[in-house]
Amino acid sequence: MALDSKIPAGPLGEKWTKHKGEIPLVSPANKRLIDVIVVGTGLAGSSAAASLAEMGYNVKAFCFQDSPRRAHSIAAQGGINAAKNYQNDGDSVYRLFYDTIKGGDYRSREANVHRLAEVSRNIIDQCVAQGVPFARDYGGLLDNRSFGGVQVSRTFYAKGQTGQQLLLGAYSALNRQIAKGRVKMYARHEMQELVVVDGKARGIIAKNLVTGEFERHSAHAVLLCTGGYGNVFFLSTNAMGSNVTAAWKAHRKGAYMANPCFTQIHPTCIPVSGENQSKLTLMSESLRNDGRIWVPAKKEDAEAIRAGKLHPNDIAEENRDYYLERRYPAFGNLVPRDVASRAAKERCDAGYGVNKTGEAVYLDFAAAIVRYGKEEALVKGVNNPSDADIKALGEKVVEAKYGNLFQMYEKITASNPYKEPMMIYPAVHYTMGGLWVDYNLMTSIPGCFALGEANFSDHGANRLGASALMQGLADGYFVAPYTVGEFLSKDIRTGAISTDSPEFEEAEKAVRERTDKFINNNGTKSVDFFHKRLGKIMWNEVGMARNEKGLKQAIADIQALREEFYADVRVLGNANGMNPELDKAGRVADLIELGELMAKDALERNESCGGHFREEYQSEEGEALRDDENFAFVSAWEFTGVPAEAKLHKEELTFENVELKTRSYK
Amino acid sequence: MDLTLKIWRQAGPEAKGEMKTYPISGVEEDMSFLEMLDYLNEQLIDQGIEPVVFDHDCREGICGMCSLFINGEAHGPGRKITTCQLHMREFKSGDTIYIEPFRAKAFPIIKDLMVDRSAFDRIQRAGGFISVNTSGNTIDANAIPVPKENADKAFDAATCIGCGACVATCKNSSAMLFASAKISQFSLLPQGQPEAKERVLNMVNQMDLEGFGNCTNTGACEVECPKGISLENIARMNRDYLFASLSSNK
Repeated sequence: MALDSKIPAGPLGEKWTKHKGEIPLVSPANKRLIDVIVVGTGLAGSSAAASLAEMGYNVKAFCFQDSPRRAHSIAAQGGINAAKNYQNDGDSVYRLFYDTIKGGDYRSREANVHRLAEVSRNIIDQCVAQGVPFARDYGGLLDNRSFGGVQVSRTFYAKGQTGQQLLLGAYSALNRQIAKGRVKMYARHEMQELVVVDGKARGIIAKNLVTGEFERHSAHAVLLCTGGYGNVFFLSTNAMGSNVTAAWKAHRKGAYMANPCFTQIHPTCIPVSGENQSKLTLMSESLRNDGRIWVPAKKEDAEAIRAGKLHPNDIAEENRDYYLERRYPAFGNLVPRDVASRAAKERCDAGYGVNKTGEAVYLDFAAAIVRYGKEEALVKGVNNPSDADIKALGEKVVEAKYGNLFQMYEKITASNPYKEPMMIYPAVHYTMGGLWVDYNLMTSIPGCFALGEANFSDHGANRLGASALMQGLADGYFVAPYTVGEFLSKDIRTGAISTDSPEFEEAEKAVRERTDKFINNNGTKSVDFFHKRLGKIMWNEVGMARNEKGLKQAIADIQALREEFYADVRVLGNANGMNPELDKAGRVADLIELGELMAKDALERNESCGGHFREEYQSEEGEALRDDENFAFVSAWEFTGVPAEAKLHKEELTFENVELKTRSYK
Repeated sequence: MDLTLKIWRQAGPEAKGEMKTYPISGVEEDMSFLEMLDYLNEQLIDQGIEPVVFDHDCREGICGMCSLFINGEAHGPGRKITTCQLHMREFKSGDTIYIEPFRAKAFPIIKDLMVDRSAFDRIQRAGGFISVNTSGNTIDANAIPVPKENADKAFDAATCIGCGACVATCKNSSAMLFASAKISQFSLLPQGQPEAKERVLNMVNQMDLEGFGNCTNTGACEVECPKGISLENIARMNRDYLFASLSSNK
């Protein structure tokens, strides 16, 4: 199948309006005859389910958590971007568009990104109307802050809990439709298989996680809003349950997987402490507004710190290396995430890391505390304040800004970040890659759509901070509810889809066989044992820096791991009833296959761009070396039986409105 | 460190449950409480014993999925944290730790430490929303100024994570703190006014239907709430409820 992105003709700024006006409508009477399945209830899923139901479609929504409110969008901290220009700092739809294209290292689609920037403004209006309590200033109007990689203040926020507030807003819209009976909600249900009938996505096999029963659900279209696949690394900032199964099942049934190797490694997370760690915790990017990142300038100091013989507060200013400020004077500590992460890795690999494992750098608030303390002393009229007075005043200001994050850090590490610098290290956070979709957000399977982090389309090779929430809600509230019309308008005479067809029969049988295999496997190792090994391979070879040799090794190692997994995994209990270990086994099986495809994709992409850094392709200064001549395309992989044999389709990216430049933050 | 764990095991909703004892050694101080349970489960699997089932997801204190009554306290010792944020350094070697599910009539046990909190969703569906369509064509966001004090209070109420610690802690298994948090959020905002009366009446009614108890102002819920949701919200809800009861046209 040839890739057709279906980007509407016409000038960039008019494409969406024109296209929206031309999408065939489905009359209200006909909408009542059409069923839509939405899998996942994060920002994209909740907002899409609510909007589609409101328009009149019959919606069935599924989530594996015990309530739609718990989807991992809830954990987003920093904020949501929108081109409102409330701060009068020169922001515009075009600037948000341009920053996103540039931030993504010129590997995203112009038309999709521009649409995202256009609807960003509606999101804020919509959320405020729903009662989302964004931060406000003393005049009662909305407040903004700044994020990495941009030079305007366009980020709307609700303390360090913006994702929570936006998700609860979407959840309330969803609840309103559930109460009206327009959405039927299936919590503690997980999609196990996509059902394709006559080449169209017509339903799913879902597992009731409480009873263990498999259920057939049919619909005229299936929307996958199932998030990213960061858990392929085992340790990530994703929730424990986040997984790739829904997307991967669609991939196996014909949906192309696009740019799977584009992974975002977030620079400021709490470092790994031990072998039994289950997940990593993010420290919001907003901290880089005030924190300065450094490592000791002398290797012997770093060694002494690691041995516990030296305290960071005892290292003199001239013996500290503020490496981001040194390398990127223009953006300093606020360079984009991929750049900051690589710079931390470079210092740690060179032997300057500062915790027991040698994989941590400092994020230091001492200078900010003194700066704010002096300001406060002046404001409060404190004469001749002592150093201790200044520190105490400054700590209060920092607490007001970042209190919840500092508390979270102290709970996890038992170290007080007001008194000594935080230790941070990059961690897997977000996946820009995902299911390939056209302009209508439809995958290469007609009738199967992908929204939010589950698709690939808007962030290119690197996502900017506060843009994930924007994309999730844009897709769910304002894009998919309209664009599904093009597909569904042809279905008004189809009638209800039967679940008795051979396709449903076969899909259910496949799921049952898979399940029984795990239960009867009688292996010796737990699911986590394999998941942790997969994570190590991925982190070491398909993580922040990749090279040909390592990627080839990773592919061989993952293939061997897959065989061992199927031969030796041990799942206790039975298939009839609740069995979280069994559910986990299915998820890890899919992550193992995905991991191999990620390595293959990274191996094929002989350039460095955004989050994808190939060691062979870097400048003399160690910066990413993009190859626009040969790699300005989207890699869309078609499943052909095993990941190693996946077939590559290229969607050429054309840039008509921005000039391709080397991304510089110096 | 070496610990003795006493854990509630129950095969299913109708099965009889009991406390089982599991000695465990090699627990590290840096482990979170749930990582300690992961570690236990790995050992149980090795021994051919079915692992302990418990709810969890984000493991950073925001999704509200984790629960557990640890040594008689919702989310264990420590204030303003969820179980996933509790770390083993709060315990010492030789301790015996009692781990039970959140218990309430309206939270039936599904398996082991996992309970069904869907009653909370039904309370939200009864009125925890503002009836605005998602067209995006509402008025400009800054056309609705909200005094900062009210916006901040609405935010504080809105930070409820719906974990159910308030219910598990309350001797009456009351959900007043939970319901009042959402009612207060909208009560403090201009957008919430048109439906304010119906909202409080419907949500309180649903709360009663689900079998949650009444509030007797002991304040235990506020103490154990991981997000520090204030009792002030219950007072506001009661005021709103009284006003709505007396003035509603229904």
